[in-house]
Amino acid sequence: MEAEAAKFIGAGIACIGMGTAGIGLGHIFGNYLAGAIRNPAAADGQFGRLIFGFAVTEAMGIFSLLIALILLFT
Amino acid sequence: MANDPIKQFRIEPIVPVEIGGLDLSFTNSSLFMVATVVGASAFLIASTSGRGLVPGRWQSAAEMTYEFVAQTLRDSAGNDGMRFFPFVFSLFMFILVANLWGMIPYFFTVTSHIIITAVLAMAVILTVVFFGFWKHGLGFLKLFVPSGVPGVLLPFIVVIEVLSFLSRPISLSIRLFANMLAGHITLKVFAGFVVSLGSLGVVGVIGAILPVLAIIALTALEFLVAALQAYVFAILTSLYLNDALHPSH
Repeated sequence: MEAEAAKFIGAGIACIGMGTAGIGLGHIFGNYLAGAIRNPAAADGQFGRLIFGFAVTEAMGIFSLLIALILLFT
Repeated sequence: MANDPIKQFRIEPIVPVEIGGLDLSFTNSSLFMVATVVGASAFLIASTSGRGLVPGRWQSAAEMTYEFVAQTLRDSAGNDGMRFFPFVFSLFMFILVANLWGMIPYFFTVTSHIIITAVLAMAVILTVVFFGFWKHGLGFLKLFVPSGVPGVLLPFIVVIEVLSFLSRPISLSIRLFANMLAGHITLKVFAGFVVSLGSLGVVGVIGAILPVLAIIALTALEFLVAALQAYVFAILTSLYLNDALHPSH
């Protein structure tokens, strides 16, 4: 296999990580929404925690995106 | 490639300066950092110089930005965290304005280079480490030893806590840089679709409507990401500063 072809395949595999990070983000926002509908008064107070969880989870997806970009463009 | 999506991030010297083999040129990156600082300062100084008792539109915007960051910091680091307010507010304004400058076509995005975000993240982490040791001495190390953990688990927990602390500057810098980089690359890739479809004749031009719509939606998303990433950076800075202020948890 040519190295160039292997690079593209590797970039594609690395993007699977972004999908799994998407599952995690869906859990975070879905559970936040479920909790917010049950108790709308407490929802605004937890927004900071929501964003913190979002940022930490999203970092994992971004890492795999970075691997894909490095493989594609270097 | 004719329309290389990476080309927009190239750093080019505007005023070449070289001192002792060090390349200290004034580049397009430097230019937009200056533009960022000027933009943020002009916004805050000009909007608050009237000091009206009833704020106008601009003064309201400045006051809301101030109050937003102050509230974020107060919620996560407590009232004694407010001594770091100038630091957090400067970081927030710099990242926000740099991201928003980058949204204008043909403008350079300062935060899409990892060296810029890495320096910002190191400034945060070094502040946390130095302030933590200065304030609490060796008590700062309690940060890595959570209370109420069974003795068998404690060594593993300590290792995990140390590793998670060490990965903070990495994740803090890569999050901001990769978000801006990926967003701008995506915009350019979709713009490339429009160009290559448009060269195919009438059918291609009709087909190119779809990527144009996608670009409009992505631009809106990028504005959201630009503001959100500045907020995320500010809130994570506040949380890390909270560790330095109150290490035992």
